[in-house]
Amino acid sequence: MKYKPRTFVLEVVMVAVAIAFLFPVYALVTLAFKDPGQIANRPLSLPDPPSVGSFGEAWQSASLGSALLNSTLITVSSVIVLIVLGSLAAYFLARTATRLSYTLYILFLVGIILPFQLGMIPLYQMVNDLGLLGTYQGMILFYTGIQLPFTVFLYTGFIRSLPADYTNAALIDGASHLQAFAHVIFPLLRPITGTVLILNAVHIWNDFFTPLLYLGGSGRETVPVRVFAFVNEYTSNYGLVAAGLVLAALPILLLFLVLQRYVIRGFASGLKG
Amino acid sequence: MTVTAQAVRRDAVKAPRRRGGGIAPPWLFAVPALLIYALVVLYPAFSGAGSAFTDWSGVGAQRSFVGLDNFQQLFHDDQALGALRNTLLLTLAIVVVQNGIGLLLALGVHTGIKSRMVLRVIFFAPVVVSPVMVSFLWKYVYNPAPDAGLNAALGAIGLGGLRQDWLGNPSIALWSVAFTVIWQCAGYSMVIFLAGLEGVPAELHESAMVDGAGTVARFRHITWPLLAPAVTINMMLSTVGGLTLFTQIIAMTNGGPGYATDTLSTVLYKQAFVFGKFGYSTAVALVLAIFVAAVSFIQIGYLRSRETAA
Repeated sequence: MKYKPRTFVLEVVMVAVAIAFLFPVYALVTLAFKDPGQIANRPLSLPDPPSVGSFGEAWQSASLGSALLNSTLITVSSVIVLIVLGSLAAYFLARTATRLSYTLYILFLVGIILPFQLGMIPLYQMVNDLGLLGTYQGMILFYTGIQLPFTVFLYTGFIRSLPADYTNAALIDGASHLQAFAHVIFPLLRPITGTVLILNAVHIWNDFFTPLLYLGGSGRETVPVRVFAFVNEYTSNYGLVAAGLVLAALPILLLFLVLQRYVIRGFASGLKG
Repeated sequence: MTVTAQAVRRDAVKAPRRRGGGIAPPWLFAVPALLIYALVVLYPAFSGAGSAFTDWSGVGAQRSFVGLDNFQQLFHDDQALGALRNTLLLTLAIVVVQNGIGLLLALGVHTGIKSRMVLRVIFFAPVVVSPVMVSFLWKYVYNPAPDAGLNAALGAIGLGGLRQDWLGNPSIALWSVAFTVIWQCAGYSMVIFLAGLEGVPAELHESAMVDGAGTVARFRHITWPLLAPAVTINMMLSTVGGLTLFTQIIAMTNGGPGYATDTLSTVLYKQAFVFGKFGYSTAVALVLAIFVAAVSFIQIGYLRSRETAA
């Protein structure tokens, strides 16, 4: 594509849009580096001199260290379980054309549009009855169930597009179905596994409502829940709140910047269906 | 027809039916996923739908069947009706504006501009941040003080007359929340539109240009029809997202001021966990579920037919 005067005009417009788009981020980050005097007198200017004291205090007050560990543990475990169970189920659904497999597929699809609010209270009671309130296991079970429909949907579509010959060869050579799946099919699923991993990890990491309900007060709260409590406690101390928000958002933003190409591609291909 | 062909066909009928000529995997493969899905999603949803017809008042409490009482109450409850209206307005605003902006951004960064890759990353970044944190960020931007956040920026560029109590003014608060959601999710729509734009063959544009078609004509007759699948997905995702929006409202306004930003989701949450009216709460949830299902089916039907026509 040639770079014409029109392209230059478009470039200027798009960069201006991006700057306006980033205004809230600028406001937040500069706020985090200001002391209370600067916040009151020069709300939009750059911090001068920048102070970093708020960050240490915010990290401590919001217990972000342990929140990061809780979030990581829950997200990683849930995603692993989702990948294993989702791909296995999709392999059956994609390669079997019986009434049973069709019904099961539709049953899974229903879960994509069913709002979680409908089952919210009975599920809360069930989690309570099973003694899983305030536990990692309860959260992992919840995320696995809630995210399975989408995971199965993505895997099924992908497996249908794969030729069946590879597994047939393995099965004829005497491999069991499970061996054929683990050694032949699963490695072939790498591109869609990447998509499944990214979409589920972002969703689970960022979820707020369920961990608030199931983990509140347990000491195992995830990052969004700790930030919620922290912000509500220090409402009027803008500098401290801003520092807490910057710290809490930083891990996922850094991860995104490193993996952005795959993340964006994963979102697009995962949702293209 | 030869004997062999008949034999082969009879064989095919007797063998378990399967796709793509593969040897069908055992159904046990689907069982663990099915069990967890049934336990966490299907059973609670059915149970919830059932308790919508009861006067259930709390975890462990007795419940008795009250027929359609909860629904009658819902349609005479000004707060619930206001929440229904807010939900629909919010969804409409999000669907139209978020996808409109997403499409413009996608068209903008799908060109030869030098900053296109950086801009994609910038516009998409808010998507990966937790909605709670984005809500708090915007709560500061919407600070009612005249010299903070958005108000300060408006003052600085000479538009001081537009300064507002963005979240405290009942007639503006809903749109302020909607704008936050749009800011966070426009990049999501953009990425899906970009994926669609990459599927539009460049030759079509070239030959149309040779025929003298301008930018607008080429967009209307080539790009737009071929974007149909991306439009479908974006519309469906933003509709369901808008109808079930919860976190941003709880974090920014908690439904206020008054009931100005309450939606079906926040009402059913408050009815359950603040007032302990579980039966009534699940009735609201059932109405929400029916809305989501109806809209999804209409959209799938309509947009699919549009896709095949295009």
